[in-house]
This record gives sequence, structure tokens and C-alpha cells, in this order.
Amino acid sequence: MCGIAGILKFHDEPADRELVERMISAVRHRGPDARGVYCDRNVALGHARLSIIDLAGGQQPMQNVDHSLCITFNGEIFNYLELREELVQKGYRFATSSDTEVILHLYQEHGEDCVKFMNGQWAFAIWDGRRQELFLSRDRLGIRPIFHTRTADAFLFGSEIKCLFACPKVHREIDLNALDQIFTFWFNISPRTTFAGISELPPGHCMRVSKREMRVWRYWSLGFPGGWDSGGRVADREEQWAQQLLDLLKDATRIRLRSDVPVGAYLSGGLDSTVVTALAKQATPSHLKTFSVTFDDAEFDESTYQREASRFLGTDHQEIRCTYDDIGRVFPEVIQHAETPILRTAPAPLYILSQLVHDNGYKVVLTGEGSDEMLGGYDIYKEAKLRRFLAARPDSQIRPLLLKKLYPYLPNVQAQTGAYLKEFFRVETEDSASPFFSHLPRWKLTSKLKLFFSDAVKSEIQARDSFADLESLLPAGFSQWEPFCQAQYLEAIFLLPNYILSSQGDRVAMAHSVEIRLPFLDYRVVEFAAKIPPRLKMKVLNEKYILKKCTAPFIPRSVAERPKQPYRAPDGKAFFAGQPLDYVAELLSPDCLRRSGLFNPAAVEKLVDKFKNGRAIGTKDNMAIVGILSTQLVMHHFVDKPVRTTEYAFS
Amino acid sequence: MRSVERELKKFIKDNFFFGDHSDFADSDSFLEQGIIDSTGMLELVSFVQQQHGIKIEDDELIPDNLDSIDRLAAFIRRKLAMSAPEQSSQFATKA
Repeated sequence: MCGIAGILKFHDEPADRELVERMISAVRHRGPDARGVYCDRNVALGHARLSIIDLAGGQQPMQNVDHSLCITFNGEIFNYLELREELVQKGYRFATSSDTEVILHLYQEHGEDCVKFMNGQWAFAIWDGRRQELFLSRDRLGIRPIFHTRTADAFLFGSEIKCLFACPKVHREIDLNALDQIFTFWFNISPRTTFAGISELPPGHCMRVSKREMRVWRYWSLGFPGGWDSGGRVADREEQWAQQLLDLLKDATRIRLRSDVPVGAYLSGGLDSTVVTALAKQATPSHLKTFSVTFDDAEFDESTYQREASRFLGTDHQEIRCTYDDIGRVFPEVIQHAETPILRTAPAPLYILSQLVHDNGYKVVLTGEGSDEMLGGYDIYKEAKLRRFLAARPDSQIRPLLLKKLYPYLPNVQAQTGAYLKEFFRVETEDSASPFFSHLPRWKLTSKLKLFFSDAVKSEIQARDSFADLESLLPAGFSQWEPFCQAQYLEAIFLLPNYILSSQGDRVAMAHSVEIRLPFLDYRVVEFAAKIPPRLKMKVLNEKYILKKCTAPFIPRSVAERPKQPYRAPDGKAFFAGQPLDYVAELLSPDCLRRSGLFNPAAVEKLVDKFKNGRAIGTKDNMAIVGILSTQLVMHHFVDKPVRTTEYAFS
Repeated sequence: MRSVERELKKFIKDNFFFGDHSDFADSDSFLEQGIIDSTGMLELVSFVQQQHGIKIEDDELIPDNLDSIDRLAAFIRRKLAMSAPEQSSQFATKA
């Protein structure tokens, strides 16, 4: 896992080596083990290396034998051994045992179709000297990031936006459309980023850039075939689905253990990370180290299940306690890495956890992300199912009480009576046909946070329609898909890469030079999961039924049978329950808010008072305070002052 | 006479609209107009209980009692009158 950056000049002038060095220095945390720069006339590529495979031979940027190609690569190609074998049989000779060289030869063999053969997580750029073009690619699900922009005379790319800001010609300005999207969906719609003029290469896409033109295309997409339930006995078919899923997960985990350094695992206490840890233990019965974060607050803490899973699976377990104060303390650093406003503090404990991994001398961990999206774990799927069930019998007094079963861990929902629950989850007629049916309650609630925007921002975004932005990106035939699959698509294609895998994934792990590997996001697992009938993913209201069924024999029963608890962290309390934090007072002060111009100082003052008086208990208030504070931090870190490249002096 | 209504409206404006320009009538339905969400309802109930020293039972948590400024104010007056006559008269003189 690494950091990459590069420049292509449009005119016939040499690329600025010193600039690429600064760009790569800005992401030194992604690759502290080695650095390198390649320059060839108008192009320069940079690389910061976290050495994981072929420690001695995998230096980058790497050229092929005749020097016609040069690659800078962040990520892992987990099937590189098989690909290498095929290439050797075709006559390719390898100078190293790295996966990087496999990509180079695969590109030589197949051109831009090379990515279709790759199973992994990647963001890379290849300079193709013969074509005088840069070829960039990002993995199917968006596990690894890559951003780009252009100035008057050059195209620039990098693993993080701070690489691009190392160039003084790159403008730093918040994109108000992006802010509108975040305060609706929790994320930007790719390729848009928080900053005007800066784009990301969307997941599953490639691009070619020459001095004359730029072309971006999609090479992979997720579809749900439908047409389930034909032939054979129901029970037999269920067995087959379960067995095939297990076989794929085993293989996905096995190839993700390929590494020349030890691989650990996160244990959240939930089903997914326990399954991954169990499969890893089966594949390498020797020593396995696991890592967890614990909370004092019982509402968030899962340590009982984490310890039980560790005991049951026989892992060497390390845990770190995360307090409100810890979250408040590290939050500015988290935003420095995330480079976007966020509405929850959930990335902060994971930032603290990756520090623990790093302190234990580990560079690689397996994690359970992707299962909730693809195998039906999220509450939003259940909620949508229940809302349709309620809509079918709007007068029922009993049905609304089912909603309490939906959120056993949310005290605010438990305190509601049936009459109110029914009203709050009521389905409007026009909503029933919306492609966003499942997500409307979340997005409508989140949109209410916009009342905190300043008048200037409100008038700027007034005519915008974020829902229409998103609707234009839905695949053909989406409206005919099963509602369950529609909800899955929205989670897997939008929320997953643009929040879960970035702010809560790559960024907070790489902040401490830790690579995450995600067996559930092996594309074979993802494509297979899309074919599994929805009724096997959620049986009545039993989430991830098929996963529980195929993994029950080798995980602790308590973990398999526990009620689903989504990973959450204390939000507003992190900033107001403990020691007063200077940066919070400063960034939320009327002066500072007026300077940034994005929020209404009087409204924010009332919100802050509500937190200080302990009266802010709702999701909306909590999202608002985290969203406003993180936006102010983004302004502070990136717009108001230069990126701290001097601290990362290039040696 | 309308002090309860004024107090409820101020609480709602400060705590759910944060002083935003939005306005609404005392007869507007909280639910239908989207004035208060599910957690907001709990906050409002907790405020009313604290402010007036009354206990609202679960079976009283229904839109008929709570779903507008008018309904809620009337409900508060009924509760005060029922639970403590002396409080009610004190309240009436204050209003």
C-alpha cells in the first residue's frame, strides 16, 4: 500500500521534479518505507512505498525491460501469482517477484483491458511512452483513492487531494454543490469532491490522458439479475447458495493473506469481522493477531463479543479504549486525512485503532467491510421492508410496534409509542414509487441540516436538486429491480466508496501506514452476492441469513445470534462532554463562522448551547454539529492555509 | 393567557429551527408540516414535563394531545388542572 502522484505537462517543457517530490511528500504517511521519482521529459511520477510484497525488489516507480512503460501503483493485486504464471507461459520474463511488475506486463499484453483480469484493490498510473499517454485505473469498488485536476499547463494526479494542493497553481475552494450533496446523502457523488475543480476517478473506471485529450470510461458495473427461484427444492437451493458463498469467501480470504509481512485482523465484535478472522485462522492456523477498539459507553461498546470471538478463535488479541476525549482530540487529524466534511465521528475510533496496529509493528489487517452492503446487513434494508409492510395496512395499530424491534440499540426509538412511530415512518404516496424509497427517511432527515447554512450558501444551492444528480447515475432498468436490490445498490455503489471505504477506511488506516484488505469486497464475492435471492439475505427480518447459515459451524454462537449492532461512535458528546477543546470553541465562534461564510453563526450558537446544556439527544443535532465542525476543519486545513508539506521534507 | 403557547413556540424555534426564519401557526400539525421529528417529540415532552412539573404517561403520547401548539397547550392546561388545582390557579394568574 502506498501513495502515488504525478504530473503530465501539456506543452513541450520538462515536468517539475521538485513539485512531484512535494506532492509525494504530502502523503508520506501512506508509504514511509521508501520513495522514488521518475522523470521523462513532460511527465513525472512519484511514489511513497509501504513495503508489503517483494520487500527488496518492489521499488517504484517501476519500468519495464525496454523502458517504454513506467508505473506508480498503490494497492495489491491478490491474484498476481496466477497472472504471473500465465504471463510467464506467454514468454514474459520477470525481474522481480512483485505484483507491480505483473501489472506492467499485463498492460503490455492486454492494454487497457488488463484491469479486467485483476482481482484486488488498486489505484495506479502507467506512463505509456510509445503512445505518450498516461493510463490511470481504480479498483472496481473504490477501495483505493485517486484524485486529479488540471491547471493551465498540466494534468496532476495523486492518492490524496493534498498531493494536488502541493502545487500552488491549484485553486483551493469548497464546492458548494458538494456541500449540498454531503448534507443530503453523507457523501459527494463521484467524480465530484469537496473541492471545486478537483475530481476523483470513480470506482470501476479507467482514464487516459494525453497532451491533447482526456478520456474516462467505466470498465466494471454491478447489476442484480433477478429471476430467482426456479427449479429444484427450495432447501437444496439454499444449501447450494450457502456452500458456494462459503467457498468463495474462503478463497477471497486465502489470497488476501498473500504478503511478505504478517497480516492481522480487526475484530469489531460483529459477524463480518469474526467470519473473516475465522477464515484467516483456517487458512493459516499459526499465530494471528487481532485488534479492537472499545468504548466506556455501553451504548457503543462491543468488547464482550470481541473478546469472546478472540477466545473462540484463539487469536492474540490487542484492544484500545476510546473515550469521548480521545475522539475530540484526534478529530482534526481525522479531517486532515479524510479531506471532506463528515456527519459522524465514526472514523475517529478507527484512526485510533490503526495507530494501535502500527504500534504493534503491523502493516496489514483484514476487515469485514462490504458484507453489510452485499449480503443484506444494514438496518436501512429492514426499515424499508417494514415501511412497505406498514404502507400496505396503514390503519394497523400493531404493525408500527415492529419498528421498535428495528432499532433495539437506539433509546430514542425505544421511548416512542406506536402512534408516533407510525406517523414518523408513514409512507407518502409519492414516495412509494421513488427509486430512493429505502433511503428517503435518511436523506430527508439529513437535508434538514441545511437550515444551518448561511443565507449566501442557501441561495447558491436553492435551485439544485441533489436527488436528480443521483438519479441520473442509476443504471438502466433500475426501477424494475427488486426494492431490496435497489437499496443494496445505493449502499454499495455510493455510500460504500464515498464514505465507508474512504473516510472510514483507506484514509484513517493509511494515516498510520496500515493497509486494509477486505475479503467481502473480492469482486467474485460481490458479483455472486448480487445473484443470491434477497429472501436468503434477509429472511423475514433476520439479516445476513445466508452468511450466518454458511459460517455458523466455525464462529461463536453468541456472535452469530446477537442482535445486529451497527458500528457507531459518540458524536456530539466527543466535543462537549469532556474537557473543553480550544479548536472547537474557535472554529464554532461567530467570528470564525462569519469568515468561512458557510454557516449561520446565530443558528450554530443555539446548537452549541443545546449541546452544552446536554439537551441535544437526536441524530439530527449530532449530525449537524459533526458536519459543521468538520466543514470548518476542512476550511481551516485546506482553504485557509497551505498544506503542511514542509513537515514532510523529502529526503 | 397565551404564555404557554408563546413558551412552546420559543422552545420549538430555538431547539428545532435554531432561530431560522421559518414560521408556523399554533394550529399547524407538527407531523404533517414536518416541524418536529421523532427525537424532537421526546425533547419537547421532556421540556414540558420539566417546565410544568407534570408527568406525561405513555398512553398520553398521542398526536391528539401533542400534535400542534394549540393541542399541546390545551393538554398541558388539562394536566395541570387535574394534577394540582393550586398549580393551575397559580398558572392562570401568571398567564
